[in-house]
Order: sequence, then structure tokens, then C-alpha cells
Amino acid sequence: MAAELSDARAALAGVSNEPGAPKPDPIITGSNITRTFGGLKAVDVEKIEIQRGVITALIGPNGAGKTTLFNLLTGFDEPDSGQWAFNGTELGKVPAFKVARLGMVRTFQLTKVLAKLTVIENMRLGATGQRGEKFFSAIFKSLWSSQEDANTKRADDLLARFKLDAKREDFAGSLSGGQRKLLEMARALMVDPELIMLDEPMAGVNPALKQSLLGHVKSLRDEGRTVLFVEHDMDMVRDISDWVIVMAQGQIVAEGTPQSVMADQRVIDAYLGAHHDTDITEIDVEDLEAEADAELDAEEKKA
Amino acid sequence: MDFGTIIDAAFSAAFGPQAIVFALAAIGLNVHFGYTGLLNFGQAGFMSIAAFGLAVTVVTWDLPFWLGIIVGMIAAVILALILGVPTLRLRADYLAIVTIATSEILRLVFGAVEFKDTFGGSNGLTGFVRPYQNLNPYGGGIDLGIVSFSRNDLWSITVGWSLVALCCLLVWAVMRSPWGRVLKSIREDEDAVRSLGKNVFAYKMQALVLGGLFGGLAGIFHILKQGSAVPTDFNTTFTFYAYAALLIGGAARVLGPVVGSMIFWFLIAGIGSFFSEATKGSSPVIPDWIMTSDQSSLIRLILLGLGLMLLMIFRPQGIFGDRREIAIDGR
Amino acid sequence: MRLRLAALLAAALGTSLLLMPATAMAETTPTPTPTTGGAAPDKNPIVEGANITVTLKDLNAGKGEPKPVPGVSLTVFKDSATGEEQGTQVTDQTGRVSIGIPGNGKYVVVLDPKTLPDGVKLSGKGETTKTVQVKLASSNFVQFQIGAVVVEKASLGSKIIDGTRSGVISGLLIALAALGLSLIFGTTGLTNFAHGELITFGAIATYVFNRGFGLPVIAAGVLAVVASAAFGFLQDRGLWRPLRNRGTGLIAMMIVSIGLALFMRSIFQYGFGGSTKTLSEYVVQGRDSYGPIDLSHKEIAIVLVSVLTIAITCIAMMRTRLGKAMRAVSDNPALSASSGLRVDGVISAVWVLGTALTGLAGVLLAVQQQVNFQMGFNLLLLVFAGVTLGGLGTIWGALIGSLIIGLMVELGPVFGVPASIKEVGALAVLILILLVRPQGILGKAQRIG
Repeated sequence: MAAELSDARAALAGVSNEPGAPKPDPIITGSNITRTFGGLKAVDVEKIEIQRGVITALIGPNGAGKTTLFNLLTGFDEPDSGQWAFNGTELGKVPAFKVARLGMVRTFQLTKVLAKLTVIENMRLGATGQRGEKFFSAIFKSLWSSQEDANTKRADDLLARFKLDAKREDFAGSLSGGQRKLLEMARALMVDPELIMLDEPMAGVNPALKQSLLGHVKSLRDEGRTVLFVEHDMDMVRDISDWVIVMAQGQIVAEGTPQSVMADQRVIDAYLGAHHDTDITEIDVEDLEAEADAELDAEEKKA
Repeated sequence: MDFGTIIDAAFSAAFGPQAIVFALAAIGLNVHFGYTGLLNFGQAGFMSIAAFGLAVTVVTWDLPFWLGIIVGMIAAVILALILGVPTLRLRADYLAIVTIATSEILRLVFGAVEFKDTFGGSNGLTGFVRPYQNLNPYGGGIDLGIVSFSRNDLWSITVGWSLVALCCLLVWAVMRSPWGRVLKSIREDEDAVRSLGKNVFAYKMQALVLGGLFGGLAGIFHILKQGSAVPTDFNTTFTFYAYAALLIGGAARVLGPVVGSMIFWFLIAGIGSFFSEATKGSSPVIPDWIMTSDQSSLIRLILLGLGLMLLMIFRPQGIFGDRREIAIDGR
Repeated sequence: MRLRLAALLAAALGTSLLLMPATAMAETTPTPTPTTGGAAPDKNPIVEGANITVTLKDLNAGKGEPKPVPGVSLTVFKDSATGEEQGTQVTDQTGRVSIGIPGNGKYVVVLDPKTLPDGVKLSGKGETTKTVQVKLASSNFVQFQIGAVVVEKASLGSKIIDGTRSGVISGLLIALAALGLSLIFGTTGLTNFAHGELITFGAIATYVFNRGFGLPVIAAGVLAVVASAAFGFLQDRGLWRPLRNRGTGLIAMMIVSIGLALFMRSIFQYGFGGSTKTLSEYVVQGRDSYGPIDLSHKEIAIVLVSVLTIAITCIAMMRTRLGKAMRAVSDNPALSASSGLRVDGVISAVWVLGTALTGLAGVLLAVQQQVNFQMGFNLLLLVFAGVTLGGLGTIWGALIGSLIIGLMVELGPVFGVPASIKEVGALAVLILILLVRPQGILGKAQRIG
């Protein structure tokens, strides 16, 4: 396992830092994906590839189109144009639930735990291929109870791993923000996904829980899954990601390892600007966008 | 004031055929709204299409009674499919407006003079009930003091409460299963369910069909117990009353709609009878200038409206529900 | 052959039931009059106690004032036309008969067509019998038309013109109410099932000011709009604002509104009674011809008032500070609040404006038709349809959607929708349009995530 991992990371070493650079072993490949809201181009990605078996971070200012790209890739939104594939399967018009069944599962920026179900019921819901989810076999418990027991066992193991076992019988609505993030992540693992996509896993999580969340994300990669996450917390990005993709105004402006991206002049120009040292979350978004605008205009003129 | 009459009226209504109709319709609404969060405001439509499916088959087409029952239930399923395909992918309020409009369309069409030859116009259809009444094993009515039922009502009560029990058993069986879990999850957040690989549309459709079947059963039972299928019985107000019954008992609980319907009819009949008694005679308990006997029949509706508001505001989980797991966020 | 265009309006078939012993009733039941037309009595007084009263009027196809039709023989039977005869009378000089009945039940009124004056024909299917259900709860003046008889078949063109006229008028009335509904929905998200009762409120308030206080209809209408606005303000303050502050969910609020609708409708029926009543003026007006279109004076007034009100409202929403504030709140209440808008104040204003518009719809409806405790409830579905068709929460959408609904309802019969269920066409179109364009005609597609 560890050997595979270092292989994957090592392979990235040779990848260029150009936006949309081809990867040696991509799990997702996409091209010309666009989505407009009114007159605004929210996503305009010419080319994107995500390397298998590593943690890729998707960063960029608010309104850069990260979440919209997530929605498009997972079938929660329909693009104006573009095609993309997961493990070679074209996902153009595939509905969200089928995308998930293929092994590409996402979480949400605002957590979507099922508040009026217990934690364990939330977990059980995640299991796939349940016989008891078909109406006619649902009527007779004997047809699905053994499978349900197996799923519960797996759910309990995951709860223990995410330290939620004490909350097993609580209603999910009573959990704290961080616990909800954990529950959502654990529930996504019940699907046993190959690629897990986390939308701002750190948002609203208290600092004490952050470290353990980081550990959990890393452990996902260590057990062989691919992780793609959106994040504003630059410490987290620096800490755990193997590769970083930078978006601004719907486009991918840069890619690279965390170190190289942080040092990349284009990123500093287009994204971090003069606020390089400030925590990004504290920067006024409008200022930032205005600056990014100005910079891009300047670049266009130069070109 | 004759309190015996009032008590008899209240208890007879609570256990009588009308409460059964409401219980069946509300069980369907419970599947729709209570468990899945679907806003079906056209339960009367499911009832009327099944009822007229039976009546038209037997009376207009002169076909066997049991075939009529099958036609009625199939009609309810088809209605669910037709309603579901366009609206289940849309926001919840669209289902509400489409179902309410459809139930009105059905009621108007069934009552139209232009289709009198098929549906019997505003007087509806009669003469399909004989095979049902022929099965009646009872020799006469019953009067137990606090409740009294005629021979026909006694038979309807036997059949009706058995049906209610079977429906509750089915709802209990499926709602404890993973299938029921998916429905409850859809009620909470359908995107979350979608992200876990479940075909939300298919589940909503199954729930719509199942609840619609209960509605159809309610419609068929309604016309059997009263012997005629009259279009105006299936108006939108009926659906609202069925919602009231469901909410009184508590949504998303297996027995909620049943208990709710009984309480609903106990109160409606009891209050109605009380004020009717209080305004009766030449020197009524409540003087004529405050309330005439015409007006006395309205008090129960006024109280029902007020009660529904207060219930929703202060106890949205119903009388027996648990606040933490109620379907509706009251607060 | 050109027959005289004649129309018969059975203006009031009233059954008023008072609690009275059956013996007393029998005394007041007049003995059957064995006449077969010809000699019309001077006056048939309305029988005391339970009775069925019919007034026959010749609408003359809507031209000029309707004239009473005397000398027509009518008979009332119990249960069916072959049942027990309750009495026969010949219409008097005012076209009226009044026949006593013993109590609740089903009655059949039979008109003897041979006694009709020359040139006057029954319209519609020419039915000479009418069935009346007399119930305790609805023992009332049931309005029914023996029919506006148009013997000569109207051309398709004139049918379309007539349908368009009624369609535009009812469309405008629906639009006023829909505008109110849309404003309130847009700013608060409330799907208000008690909106129909706001229409009824306007109509009943007009009736009370007019008949109760003896004011002219126009003054009563103005006061009724003011009363509606005040009612809206109080309703928001007393009910909806506290619920919003408690964080009550939208679905829970919707169910509260269902309860409120039932509550208000029953209160209206309690106070106003179950019967349909008329205002003191402008009840029946003949129509004058304006080119191909026939309009009565009140119809012209209704069109002008509603068009002006709608135009002013729409312009105000676009131009004024309050209008912009309303649109801001409807876009994003949280953001509006954080940028210093007094959201509660704006919502109060919306309720006042919305209920005033809706009340006005009720006032105009009372003038155009009559007043009834459930007139608003009967219109509610069409108002919802108009709003949904145009796109939930958009003002122009509500306007256009309502006009389409109004036209669909009135023009449907021209294109084959059975006349007795003309609303069906409009509702079916609503469902079909939602199939193709779920966001409504002017609505925006929703952004997910």
C-alpha cells in the first residue's frame, strides 16, 4: 500500500505545473466544461485531470466555481457544455445517484446529515445494494435482516474509527458542526467509494477537531482511495494535499504540488495578490475579486 | 339537552364508517407527507378516481363487481404515475399545486352534465353495492348504549377496520425496513440521499403510488359504505380534513392517522351534536339571537380551523408524536 | 328565420328554512292553482317559512334591463317530478312564484313550457325541470339560471369575442388577487391557503358597508379595500410575524394557513349566512355595443380600475424605494437584514399592499357577480394556477399567468371544453405548461448547490 502511494506521488513529480496538465494515472479526465448562471460564467474549465490514489486540493477565492465544478462532476448540476469521465466512463448526462454508484461520492459544504434519523440510521442508509431497499422484499424482514446486520457491523466499525460510537443512538440533528462533518464522511465511506469528494471539510469545525479530521482524510488516501477536496484553510491544504489545483473566476489558473503552487507567481498574482500573508478567510471577497479582475485584465492586455 | 344523544353521536362517529374512510385516506397521506415529505393535496382525487373506476365498471359498463375493484385500484396507480412523472423532480410546492388541480379536474369531470351517461352527473352513480351488501353476515343492527350502528354500518365497520388494520400492518412492515429509511431520508434531505447512490425519483414514485393506493381504497370504501358515488364528496376540503386528522394523530407514526381520524370524528360529531342540542327546541339553551340552529352546525368547523392552527403552532408532532422526530419543523 | 333573442333568468330560487313546526307550515302552503297560463296574478307574496321562490326574468340576450316574465306556470314536487305535488303557481307581474315546502329534502321545480309567452324560449338544453336539495346547512337562496336562451346560434366569431371579454375581466380579477398572493409568497415564502378568504373579506366588507350602513357601492368598495389592508396588517402582526420569529417552517405555516382558511370561511358563513346576496346597485346591467364588443358600464369600470391598479403597483415595485426593498427582501432576506433593511417593516408593507389588492379583487367580484361566503375559496385554485403558471414569486408572471388562466376558462367552451366544467381546461393547461417549463413562463431556473 505504502509503496503504491509513494508511486502515485512520485509520478506527480514529473507533471508540469500548467493548468490542466495530463496525469500519469488519472481517475477523472474532463475537458471544455462550462456552466453559466445568467450572464456569469461560473465554470469554464478547459481541461482537468485528477490523479488516482492521492489527495488533490481544489482551492480558489469564493465564487471561483469550485463548488459548481463539484456539482457538475457529480451530476448535481447540468453543464452548458463539456465532457468528463470517471475511470473511463463518460458521465455527461449521468444522474447523481448513478455517479455515486460508480464509486464517486461527495459531501456537501453545508452538511446534509439527516437530522431526524439517528446516527446509526444515517450510516446504514449509506450502504449500497441493500435488498431491503426494494419495496416487495422490504415487507418481509427475513429477506433483508442478515444483510442489515452486516451493514450495521460495518457502520459500527466506521463510527468507532471516526469516534462517533458514543453518539450511535443520538439524532443526527443533535451533533455539533464538526461531528456532522465526520458523520457525513463516515456515511460516504459506507458507499465504499473509489473517489471521495469533500466540499470544505474544515468549514465550521472547531480547532480541536481539525487535527483528527486531517488524520481521517489522510487515512482515506492510505487505504487506497482518491480524495478531492475544496478548502479555504491553507494550513490544511499545505499539510495534507499531494497536489493542488487553483481556480479563479471559473477557470483553472494553476496546478502543482503545494510548495510549488504557493510559490507560483501566477497564483500569487491572480489569487493571493497583496494579501499573501493574511489568512485567506479573512480577506474581503469583493476586494479580492476586484483585484483578481484587475490583474486578469492587465494580463489580457499584455497578451 | 340530551347528553346521551351527544355521547352516542361522538362515539358512533369515532368508530363508524366515516372515521374509517378518513383513516384510510390519512394512512395514504402519512406515506406521502409524513414519511416521504410529498405534499399531496389531491388525496380526494385518488379517492374519486378509484371510486368511479368501480362505479363506472359495474353500473355503466355492466361488468362484475370484483373487476370494478381492480379497475378502481389500477386507476389510482395510473393517476399516481401521471402525477409523479412531471412533478417529482420539481420543488415540493409544484406537486401540491398539480395534485390539487388534478383532484378538482376529476371532481368536475365526474360531475359534469356533459358526461352524465358515463358518470351520472352531479347525482353520481348508484346500484353497484349489492355484491358487497350480500356478503353481510349480520342479522340486524346493534345498540350498546354509548354507540349504535345499523346492520349495514356494522358490516362496513367490520370490513373497514379490518382494512385499516391490514394497511397499518403493511405500513409498519415497510417503514421499519431499509426502504422506509430511504423515504424518511428523502423527507429530510433528498440531495444527501442522491449523493449516496439512491434513485430518489424512483422512491418518491413508489411512495406516491403506495399512498395513492390507500387513497383509492378509501374512495372505494366510501362509496361502498354509503351505496352511491357522488362527485361532490371528493372535494378539496376533504383532503384538508384528512390532513387535519393525520396531524392530530401525529405524522410519520403508523397509528397516527388512525387515532387522528377517530379523534377528529369524535370531536366533529360530538361538538356538532352538542351545539345542535343546545340550539334545539322552542326555548334553546343558547338563545336564538346568539346562535340559530343553522349556525350551530358551523361551530365545529370554526373550532376545527382554530384547532388545526393551534395544533400546528404548539404541537406539530400531533397528540402522540415525538417532537424530535416529527416530519414538520413546527419551530 | 330570425327568432327574437330571448333569455330567461330564474333570478332567485330561494328556500329559506326556519325552524317551525310542520303543522304551522302546512297552513302557509297555498293550495295548488289549477290554471294553465294566461291570467297572471298581480302579486305572489313570498310564503312564510320554508319555501321555494323562483323569479323569471327575460334577459333579452343581455340587451337592456331584464324584464319579468309573468304568466308562466311552475310546480314543485317532492323528491322527483312524479313525486308528491307541493303546489303550483303562475308567475305574477314581477315574474315571481313562491311555493311553500314542508322542510328539508329534495325538491323538483317543473316549468310548463306551454305557458311561456310567445317569442320567449328556454335556453341551454331547454330543461324545464330543476332539482333543489334543501339542507339545513345550506338552506338558502340558490341562484340558478333556467337559462339565457339564445335561440339563434351565435357565430364562432362572436363566441370568441364574448369569451375574450369575460376572460379578460375574470383574468384581471384573478390577477389582482394573484399579485397579492405573489407579493406575500415572494417576500415570506408563505403558500397562503387562506388567500381566498381575503378575497371574500373584501366582498363581504363591501356588502356590509353597502347594505348594512347604507353607503353607495363605490364608497363601500373604497372602505372595504381600506379594511382589507388593515386586516392584512393585523393578520401579519398577530399571526405570521410571531410565527416567523419562532422560526416556524414553511410547511407548518402552510398548514396553519389551511386552518385559518377554514376558520375564516366558517366565521363568514356564521355571520353572513350561506346564501348568495347582491349589492344595492349595479346588480344587473344591460350591455352597450362598442364596435364588435358588448360591455356594460360596470364591466368598463372594473376593467379600468383593475388595469390602473395593476399598472400602478407594477410601476411602484420597479421604481419606488419600498418596491426595491420588497424585491430585495424577496431575493435574500438575510442579506437585506444585514445591509440595514428593516425586513419586518417591509414584510408588513407587503401584507398591507397584498391584502389591499386582494380585497379589491373581492370588491370588484362582488360588483361583477354577487356576494357569497365561499366566493374567494372557489377562486383560490385559479389564483394559484395563475401565479404558478407565470412563475412563483414573479410579479409580471402572476399578471400574465392570471390573464392566460382567465382567458382559458372563458374561451375553453368555444373550443370544446364542456361549459359546465370550463375551469378544467385552464387547470389542464397549467399542468401541461409545468411539464414543459416547470419554472413557469417567466420564472428563472433554479441554481442548485
